[in-house]
Amino acid sequence: MADDDVILSVENLSIDFNLRTHVLHAVREVSFELRRGKTLCLVGESGSGKSVTARALLRIIDKNGTITDGRILLRGAGSETDIVPLNERSAELLSIRGGRIGLIFQEPMSSLSPVHTIGSQIVEALRLHQAMNKAEARVATIELLRQVEIPDPDKMIDRYTFEFSGGMRQRAMIAMALACNPDILIADEPTTALDVTTQAEILDLIKRLQLSRGMAMLLITHDMGVVAEVADEVAVMRYGRIVEAGSVDEIFHEARHPYTRQLLASTVRLEQNPRALTRPATVSDPTSKPVLSVRELSKFYGGGGGLFGGASYAIRAVDNVSLDLSAGENLGIVGESGSGKTTLGRLILRTVEPTSGTITYNDREGRAVDVTGLSKRDLRGFHRDVRLVFQDPFASLNPRLTVKDVIGDPLFVAGLARGAALERRVGELMELVGLDPQSMERYPHAFSGGQRQRIGVARALALEPRVIIADEATAALDVSIRSQILDLLLDIQKRLSLSFIFISHDISVVRYFCDRVAVMHRGKVVEMGTAEQVCTAPHEAYTRALISAVPHPDPRHKRMLHRTRFTAEATP
Amino acid sequence: MLRYILKRLIYMIPTLIGMSIIAFLIIQLPPGDYLTSMLASMSDSGVNVDQAQIARYREIYGFDDPFVVQYWKWISGIVLRGDFGYSFEWNRPVWGLIAERLAPTLSVSLLALLFVWAVSLPIGIYSAMRRHSVGDYAFTLFGFIGLAIPNFIMALTLMYLAYRYMGQTVGGLFSREYVNAPWSWDKFVDLLAHLWIPIIVIGTNGTAALIRILRANLTDELNKPYVITAKAKGLPEYKVVLKYPVRIALNPFVSAIGWVLPELISGVTITAIVLNLPMMGPLLLRALTVQDMYLAGSIILLLGVLTLIGMLISDILLAILDPRIRFN
Amino acid sequence: MTHVHLESDGAAEAGPAITPIRRSGGKTEIAVAGPWTLIWLKFVRHKVAVVAAVLILVMYLIAAFAEFLAPALPEAAKPQFTYAPPQDIALFVTETDGSLSWMPHVKGYKQTVDPASLKRTFTIDPDKVVPIGFFVKGPAYKLWGLIPMDLHLMGPLKSGDTMYLLGTDKLGRDLLTRLIYGTRVSMSIGLIGVAISLCLGVVLGSISGFYGGWVDLGIQRVIEVISSMPTIPLWLGLAAAVPLTWSPLQVYFVITLIVSLFGWTGLAREVRGRFFALRSDDFVTAARLDGSSERRLIFRHILPSLTSHILAVVTLALPTMIVAETALSFLGIGLKAPVVSWGVLLQEAQNVRTIATAPWLLIWPAGAVVLTVLSYNFLGDGLRDAADPYEN
Repeated sequence: MADDDVILSVENLSIDFNLRTHVLHAVREVSFELRRGKTLCLVGESGSGKSVTARALLRIIDKNGTITDGRILLRGAGSETDIVPLNERSAELLSIRGGRIGLIFQEPMSSLSPVHTIGSQIVEALRLHQAMNKAEARVATIELLRQVEIPDPDKMIDRYTFEFSGGMRQRAMIAMALACNPDILIADEPTTALDVTTQAEILDLIKRLQLSRGMAMLLITHDMGVVAEVADEVAVMRYGRIVEAGSVDEIFHEARHPYTRQLLASTVRLEQNPRALTRPATVSDPTSKPVLSVRELSKFYGGGGGLFGGASYAIRAVDNVSLDLSAGENLGIVGESGSGKTTLGRLILRTVEPTSGTITYNDREGRAVDVTGLSKRDLRGFHRDVRLVFQDPFASLNPRLTVKDVIGDPLFVAGLARGAALERRVGELMELVGLDPQSMERYPHAFSGGQRQRIGVARALALEPRVIIADEATAALDVSIRSQILDLLLDIQKRLSLSFIFISHDISVVRYFCDRVAVMHRGKVVEMGTAEQVCTAPHEAYTRALISAVPHPDPRHKRMLHRTRFTAEATP
Repeated sequence: MLRYILKRLIYMIPTLIGMSIIAFLIIQLPPGDYLTSMLASMSDSGVNVDQAQIARYREIYGFDDPFVVQYWKWISGIVLRGDFGYSFEWNRPVWGLIAERLAPTLSVSLLALLFVWAVSLPIGIYSAMRRHSVGDYAFTLFGFIGLAIPNFIMALTLMYLAYRYMGQTVGGLFSREYVNAPWSWDKFVDLLAHLWIPIIVIGTNGTAALIRILRANLTDELNKPYVITAKAKGLPEYKVVLKYPVRIALNPFVSAIGWVLPELISGVTITAIVLNLPMMGPLLLRALTVQDMYLAGSIILLLGVLTLIGMLISDILLAILDPRIRFN
Repeated sequence: MTHVHLESDGAAEAGPAITPIRRSGGKTEIAVAGPWTLIWLKFVRHKVAVVAAVLILVMYLIAAFAEFLAPALPEAAKPQFTYAPPQDIALFVTETDGSLSWMPHVKGYKQTVDPASLKRTFTIDPDKVVPIGFFVKGPAYKLWGLIPMDLHLMGPLKSGDTMYLLGTDKLGRDLLTRLIYGTRVSMSIGLIGVAISLCLGVVLGSISGFYGGWVDLGIQRVIEVISSMPTIPLWLGLAAAVPLTWSPLQVYFVITLIVSLFGWTGLAREVRGRFFALRSDDFVTAARLDGSSERRLIFRHILPSLTSHILAVVTLALPTMIVAETALSFLGIGLKAPVVSWGVLLQEAQNVRTIATAPWLLIWPAGAVVLTVLSYNFLGDGLRDAADPYEN
């Protein structure tokens, strides 16, 4: 075991949390080692204890948590320190934090102080661990910002965090974590909140910095794709335990534990397109009339000069978008944050009023309805046929109504069913989405995230709609639940005649689910084509960059780090 | 920044107008007007009334004009000429009466504000950092009780206790022998001996409220990721707290001026009445009871304006303190 | 790293490992628990708030049965007992042979007249025994102004005797009786005031939150003006305009109105803020897309989410009303005799000399005010915490 490269070893670490009604054994007998220049990925779904484990290395655990057992051995030049028994306020622990172990984590929006400049926060880290005066620390900070590829570092050093984009903040965060040349870098979901292209850049940067500095890295993630792209070794966590650990190749190609296999299966499955086999013939039939057709739809925000002389500018959230949705078709709308995809969905439903353009709906009788001209009353009829499934399974259900009331509400309002008939119909809907009808008297708080999303789907189906707009409907779910919900939707589609507009930032989800894909960038549709074509052989430069930035869940075929980059031309 | 201040100033205008209307309403509210009732009482007691004089007042204040005209005469007098009207009770211009009492009212309010800050900041930080400790519970209880005791009851109680156990008569700002004496060290000490009761009385409510707000805010901030970042950097705990969350929790602290100030001014008013301090409070009460309405209205307006100015200052301080506000 | 894995231990784990500390409500019970059940479960965790709730309930019971609970009538003055100090209740008397026998009683007074100032002072005379009893017949009254009765919870057995458990005021009126009657006025003024405030606040707040735009802007301006005016000077100004000739009942209502006129702003703000937040919540959008009309949106989806919050804010607004009335009456421009409220009682303790002679005149009414305000604050805090049972 006396391995010179091992810089930190965790042995039988156990952590308990004292909650009001019970003790949560968040981490149980976890052991792993970190080696110089190597990356260990700790992978697991939410609640698996991976973040707690990582923070325990720095002894940053919430007050109600305690390390009940185990050792964390940090090896230095000829010495070995156990971090577990160190006093919370001892100089030794403080010098390890930031000095020998650096930490970056998820929320780039809130992990830096909003009222201090970026520079002052990095300077502080430098001066804590290294004997530097202010001027030296400032020079060193500028150099660090340059290393993390922040443009104009000598100007940006005096900026505040809110003046930075998410990616830039994460770069600044990395600069701060690396300021004192730590031996170990802990990255806790460093790219989860970022767009794929930014994610690729950040991971790329971290990887390069790690190699050039010979650091050990502990990367916490839920994304098997990311694991495949950057890990040397992998430990899979579930309910506080490491269920399987090994080299990245072993985990991906010789997984032994059923949970690992399940996790991989649900990730890898999203790399395929089952729709290619089941797609009804009508979809590709160009002569059939589309259900929905959108022409030159635009939404601008702002524009008028402010009362106090604000600059008059308009944000083109959706800019001249045209598309058709055929009966039985699944149309994907994919784009990064701010691309206007969500606004587009809301415009089609007219919960947001379009600035210009038309939406035409061909109803069941084949009449063309001009949606943009509908009155509030007539809009209700349209909303019966075109339904929305929300992103957040928690916020989209009224917590004060039982599931029966939630699912039955549209039926009740439309006057379609009352009393026992309503109950029967709700029961059918719940069965349809794979929920136990017995639980219809329960309130939403008794259901898990995935189950709630099923409730949301049942509510959308209640009025037998023709189109469902799913707005990031699976984004808030763990990967295994995600594929379950997608399969459920596909299954329902087989039974009912439905079309989907599937809005997502996640290209693999769209590829799995959709027939055609529209790629949005800065309010415009930059490319539209079949799912296979867009995802495997995109024509446009932006799409190519986007697709190649998606991590590929196979360590033998890394994609992201050999990606094509897209340099956006300045907006006109 | 300059634009921000200008914006705040412009926003203040409608509020000011609203306040002046309320103040004028109060002037108009009592049935009849002061001149009529003065005339009645003067002729009752057989005093010779100068009819020409009365007619002149009628003309100046437009007692016979419609409401809007009267309001205009009143407000334009204040804005354009600094003329707040005439106190018939004191037979003096209102402004002179108020001016005498402005300085003590302001300084006691300011001192009370400083007291509020000085006490609530350390206690707030302590309570947030040592949540659910014995000290925290003690301060929380103190806070609740402080909030529950109305100003005037606290004033009465302290007055009684000081009288009973310290043999001190605590009315006024000075002991009798110093009231008209020139300033000296002894007079200053005497002032302090009188001042502590009003300061505590006026400040306690605000202090208790601010401790609670600070504690809640700080607790929120302490759980924010940037605090973990700072800890992960290797900063010792006290530095983490003082440099980051406290810095941000200072925002409600400064903006507290906005709502603490009306309370303080309210408190000053009633406390001054109970303790018989030479401030606006007793003047207002007296004016109201004898229906010397220009004096009363002007005091109410002025107290409102003082609060507004305080809020403006708090807004400006807030912008200095928080770059996010400054940049938007 | 060597490739290791946990052997599948038969059944796969279905959830995180936990050790229960105490039994909590059954899972299915919680699953079918409605919002109010959850709020209740969360509320009763605040022990202090529960105690406060009980106290407030007791206060209202006192207010409701004031005539019966008070040993005397509020206006019954006995000038010969000016500033008589409080008497203690004793349950036993020592007989001449030294044995104890059961007889609830209070000790009578000894009167001394200072020869120089001719001031009368009373001291408790330990030898004078005034027997008292429970459910005794006393001065006649009409319960709630309707039912003629003469039964009192407690009082002296002989009709000529006096019992002053909390002492008397300068006219020799029983403080306990007046305090109990004052409870009725002070506690009800809070309730009525808050009811008016609530109507104003909820109506204007909802209008503001719902329509937005210019309506909202206007209402917001008004709220801003009102809430940035210091309240006490304003109350003084308005209360002073109440004509002296008005009847006590009229004054009572006008004072309530004045107090509530400035209390609604906080409520309106709260309602508006939550309204705005809820209106853009996903579940409200969902209900709109489900075809709900605006009215149904408000009454079925938005208001039910608001009520618990409104309840909490109202509870926290109540003490302000009570204090306002007390302060105004104390200054002599609020309620006036013969109406008895805590503020009216405190008016008699206006200067140090009176308080020094008869400290009970300050202690008891002030204690009642502070206790009530404290209870409301604790209760309101507990309610506010429990108002949203769905957040962690």
